[in-house]
Amino acid sequence: MASKRWLFGLLPLVLLIVLVVLLFRFGPLGVFRAAFPPVEELTISRVTLETGHMFIHITNGGPEPVTIAQVLIDEAYWQFEVDRDRTIPRLGKATITVPYPWVEGETHEVRLITSTGLTFDHTINVATASPRVDGRYLMTFTLLGIYVGVIPVFIGLLWLPFLRKLPDRWLAFFLSLTAGLLLFLGVDALNEALDTAQTLPAAYQGTSLVLLGTVITILLLVAVSRLFVAGGDPVRRRFALATLIALGIGLHNLGEGLAIGAAYSLGELALGTFLVIGFTIHNTTEGLGIVAPIAKERPRLSTLVLLGLLAGAPTIAGAWIGGLNYSPVLATLFLAIGAGAIFQVVYELLKLMIRDERAPAVVYQVAGFAAGMLIMYLTGLFVAA
Amino acid sequence: MTVGEVDIARMGYDPLRFLTNFDYGKVSKLPGGQTLREFRLIADEGREVEIAPGVFFPAWTFNGTVPAPTLRAREGDRVKVTLLNASSHPHTIHFHGFHKAEMDGVPGIGRGDLAPGETFTYEFDALPFGLHLYHCHSAPLKRHIHKGLYGTFIIDPKKARPQAREFVMMMNAFDTNFDGENEVYAVNTVAFHYAKHPIKVRRKELVRIYLVNITEFDPINSVHIHGNFFNVYRTGTSLKPSEFTDTIMLCQAERAILELRFPFAGRFMFHAHQSEFTELGWMGIFEVSDDGV
Repeated sequence: MASKRWLFGLLPLVLLIVLVVLLFRFGPLGVFRAAFPPVEELTISRVTLETGHMFIHITNGGPEPVTIAQVLIDEAYWQFEVDRDRTIPRLGKATITVPYPWVEGETHEVRLITSTGLTFDHTINVATASPRVDGRYLMTFTLLGIYVGVIPVFIGLLWLPFLRKLPDRWLAFFLSLTAGLLLFLGVDALNEALDTAQTLPAAYQGTSLVLLGTVITILLLVAVSRLFVAGGDPVRRRFALATLIALGIGLHNLGEGLAIGAAYSLGELALGTFLVIGFTIHNTTEGLGIVAPIAKERPRLSTLVLLGLLAGAPTIAGAWIGGLNYSPVLATLFLAIGAGAIFQVVYELLKLMIRDERAPAVVYQVAGFAAGMLIMYLTGLFVAA
Repeated sequence: MTVGEVDIARMGYDPLRFLTNFDYGKVSKLPGGQTLREFRLIADEGREVEIAPGVFFPAWTFNGTVPAPTLRAREGDRVKVTLLNASSHPHTIHFHGFHKAEMDGVPGIGRGDLAPGETFTYEFDALPFGLHLYHCHSAPLKRHIHKGLYGTFIIDPKKARPQAREFVMMMNAFDTNFDGENEVYAVNTVAFHYAKHPIKVRRKELVRIYLVNITEFDPINSVHIHGNFFNVYRTGTSLKPSEFTDTIMLCQAERAILELRFPFAGRFMFHAHQSEFTELGWMGIFEVSDDGV
């Protein structure tokens, strides 16, 4: 009986395979091949520079192979070499080397022209030599990560004694404030993820990648918190919640690190400076969010340090990844995961708030939630500046 | 400069041979003694012209090449040009020169557009002498011209110009990605071809360049020849030069005969003196030597 059941399970699959084979062999697919010229799609993922040379990294995200016929730099045909065949297969990657006397601090236009005459453009906004992987470079980015991610989070944690002395209704205010600022961060991360997704080759389906990253993260964290957070002990639950918040913020900060590292490696130095200062101010509020649920407990110092590192240290890793090997696919995925992690935390916090049935709290909760988002908006102005 | 070489055999078009290729037509005498020259042009499409190494432009052509053959007659000859439209779009030929309105090759006047498969013979006397051109005038005009339906039309004066080494140069350009701007500039279609294959001339011999501007999308084009000055015969309608210079500029369909002699041997660049056009393909080299080979 069981084997018969499996047979019925497999039958539609077998029929589907037969259908696809028939469609390929006898179906009217020729109409697509004959009627339209091939739609070429080429993505210049980045251009790296060293003295006298440009390296153009490309991915073919279209349905057909693409042949690089010529390369123009600043509207001039130029010598070039491709590190493999000039015809790039679907989802194939290649690096084009161009000997070009680029000028420090100036803008350069890169244009690839394919055999069909289509062109693909990339602008180097501010030309500067691409970073090399060495100790000094890693040190710089570690320091940046510490300044942006770790120190501000720890400064935020120092609000703990202040919170502890607050009456319950004000604690409810700050818990809600945490939820507000996290929701803001989540939307921000999602927006970043979708923006980055737009730069991916179509074949990678950027928007779907964001969906997968966000939702799977939420699902995983919901499962984890069901396993560990649930349970009778409310103290343990609050600590677990603080850990989840720290993790969510950490994943989000990984995205921030990516943005800083990428801004540097893509030569957008002015942007990088603003990002660093903006994120530093922004991130101080994150420490507040972590300690809010455990304000009434007496966390050990080591616990606080661990929570701070969990939230802040990923900035360093992000800065490394972003600066060394900026991959839009990875960036999209990290940003989506960060968004998912934060949404899950907001969900947990909301549950906590709703269960809090003490009468006067709701006004404080609403005010706190709004204040949280407002604070993020206002400190976010520094990032945008 | 571009990387690689175009495949001349595959394309059926050699820019070096085009420089000195003249079609004088099938010559006969009319009863009154007038010389009759009969030409035959076929408008076609689907020709992939390699305008730069590896870059293929889906051109529309007269007789399969861009530019179309250079037609040449003498002042006062009777000219008959039969056009067969073998393409799927309507086409005409519009000649610059004196002719009746119905021979003007403009949609809606006289025979107007030739539908696919139709044939028509344009007939006129070759006047005035000078350097002219012909091109399709069907709408949309921009597309019909920039797709490649143009050629040079030379009417020699009754008393021939002095013996010289003659070259035809059509300044043209191609918009490969349909954005209304040209990606490739050249003389006679192939970017940098005469830089990779210099044009050979003999020192001190008279060189005559029939220069026509048929560049679409840009209002002007220009030429500058290194290490030299040339006499300019604007539109070739006078035998007296109007100017002695080393750089001239022409708007679309403007043309000029340039005459010069190279006093020194060596390699001399010539190019558009819009440096943007130069680096997008409109650059070549004259190789001057005592034996000219």
